[in-house]
Amino acid sequence: MSDLVISVRDLTRSYEMGAEVVQALRGLDLEIRRNEYVAIMGPSGSGKSTLMNMIGCLDTPSSGEYWLNGQEVSRMGDDALARVRNKEIGFVFQTFNLLPRATALHNVELPLVYAGTTARERRARGEEALARVGLADRMHHRPNELSGGQRQRVAIARALVNRPSILLADEPTGNLDSATSDEIMRVFEALHAEGQTVIMVTHEAEIAAHAKRVVVLRDGRVESDVLNQPKAA
Amino acid sequence: MPIWEAVTMALRTIWAQKLKSFFSLIGVLIGVMFLIAVVSIVQGMNVYMEDQFANRLIGLNVFQVRQRPGIVTGDVTRETWLSWRRRPRISYADADYIKAGLKTPATIAMYCADRMPLSYNGKTAKDIDLIGTEATYFKIKNFEIANGRAFTAQEVRASQNVVVLGDLVAEKLYAGQDPVGKEVSIAGLPYRIVGVVAKQGTMFGFSMDKFAIMPYTAPARRYICPINILDDIQIQTAGPTDMLAAMAEVEAMMRIRRQLKPAQENNFYLQTAEGALEGWKRFSKILFMALPGLVAISLVVGGIVIMNIMLMAVSERTREIGIRKALGAKRRDILAQFVVESATLSVVGAGLGIGAGILLAFVVRALSPLPAAVAPWSILVGVGLGIFVGVVAGVYPATRASRLDPIVALRAE
Repeated sequence: MSDLVISVRDLTRSYEMGAEVVQALRGLDLEIRRNEYVAIMGPSGSGKSTLMNMIGCLDTPSSGEYWLNGQEVSRMGDDALARVRNKEIGFVFQTFNLLPRATALHNVELPLVYAGTTARERRARGEEALARVGLADRMHHRPNELSGGQRQRVAIARALVNRPSILLADEPTGNLDSATSDEIMRVFEALHAEGQTVIMVTHEAEIAAHAKRVVVLRDGRVESDVLNQPKAA
Repeated sequence: MPIWEAVTMALRTIWAQKLKSFFSLIGVLIGVMFLIAVVSIVQGMNVYMEDQFANRLIGLNVFQVRQRPGIVTGDVTRETWLSWRRRPRISYADADYIKAGLKTPATIAMYCADRMPLSYNGKTAKDIDLIGTEATYFKIKNFEIANGRAFTAQEVRASQNVVVLGDLVAEKLYAGQDPVGKEVSIAGLPYRIVGVVAKQGTMFGFSMDKFAIMPYTAPARRYICPINILDDIQIQTAGPTDMLAAMAEVEAMMRIRRQLKPAQENNFYLQTAEGALEGWKRFSKILFMALPGLVAISLVVGGIVIMNIMLMAVSERTREIGIRKALGAKRRDILAQFVVESATLSVVGAGLGIGAGILLAFVVRALSPLPAAVAPWSILVGVGLGIFVGVVAGVYPATRASRLDPIVALRAE
């Protein structure tokens, strides 16, 4: 139990689209342990975005249970979910989602602002996180003064700054060329090696190959769940 | 999130879009500007009216015994006016009676005046206030004689044809010459000029130097007042307390002299500087009551503009809101962010409005005789209104922002 970071049981999620009810997840089960490196794959419409929103506590299930680090998040209210997102989840998005007018450092400090950290500590931890992704010399640049790879590394620094239980990446290389993608993957591998739990949603098999475990979804259920290397789990 | 951080964030956003921000806060700016300017001008007028107008027209620690109020700054009904006109006029005998009976030490001058032309050597100065009075009048008015001397009580008793000119009259009739010792013609009779009063300046743009003072006994008296009749008796005491005592005494003496019964109203009027201001005070009170309405209209308009700008900002920054929510911003964090931004915008508007209002007040002071004094409380009210308008205008857009679904918001372009 203590080793279990994510435990999802019989999760369903349905949306009403006009008169139609769309079943995005149809009773999905999934367990992820500490320091796993998991890729979630699947064709479009398989429910991977919905699952990623669930895991990221941006959405709540229609039925079923979602336990994150021993807390049941499936029944939490808005503010409690916000707190969980702040403390437990580090998001990395396909489109980076940095605030365009803020410097790299300010972007990285943002989760700490909502955690109520003091300005001095925020700065120290923000600088530390940026140094960790190799951007110590780019702290006061704005996103439009940075390359795509640098932007994504700022986003990773932001995701890590509050020391989350999981790093949750949604198509992290979708907007990057292959050389930069490799660079980002190396960052992920390094973080995993340091003990970080990494969950990555992708549709590229090449990217998924970097993960130690690949979960493939189809029609709102787990179709396959295999280890890339026997040792990983 | 601490409030000052939200304010810094808001200021950064406002500064990033200077022109748009300026247009959005112009309503608040105008509202606060008028508040500051009107309050400044009215306050300045108050000071001016008290210091200058009343005290200069009537004099310090001076009251006048009159048939009816001489300076009416408010509205008077026709009935009141007619009843004033039916009152007995003030006579020489009244003045003698008061001079004989008043126990409080005081300087007393009989006074009568009307507009008359004065001429010298073919030149005529029209509409000069010709004043018939006693020698004590110069002391009551605190007139400094710039040239020559005032006339004496002796000359008054002897009904001498002597006159003291106001600066403007001397300037007009005797430009480049010394008028003292020369003659001036009043109603066809020659008068000897014994002195010229130092320049008094202007009030509301009108010269205070268009007068000539002669003994009330001089022949021209018949042109300014009926025989034995006065416009008023002017009484000056050493201080305000003495003045109140003297006023009470004079009121009692006049009532006895005119045999008024206890229930009857005074059929004379004691004019003081304060009394002259009554109408003005009523007027400024009305202005102060109308002001909130005027200011409120521009603030409501300003608030609506800010609300719209904030609604636009919320839809433009939907993605930012999504990002913030994904990173752990609670509803109230987003709410606070946008309310503070709206309030900051509005306070910046109020600040600029305060500056513009002060500037306007100074421009009015420079270009017109109206003085202006900025009231510190009006600045506080301006800032307070700015915060209030901003918060009220920001609540609805901020509520909408805080209720956005993070998933939908993150997908926004």
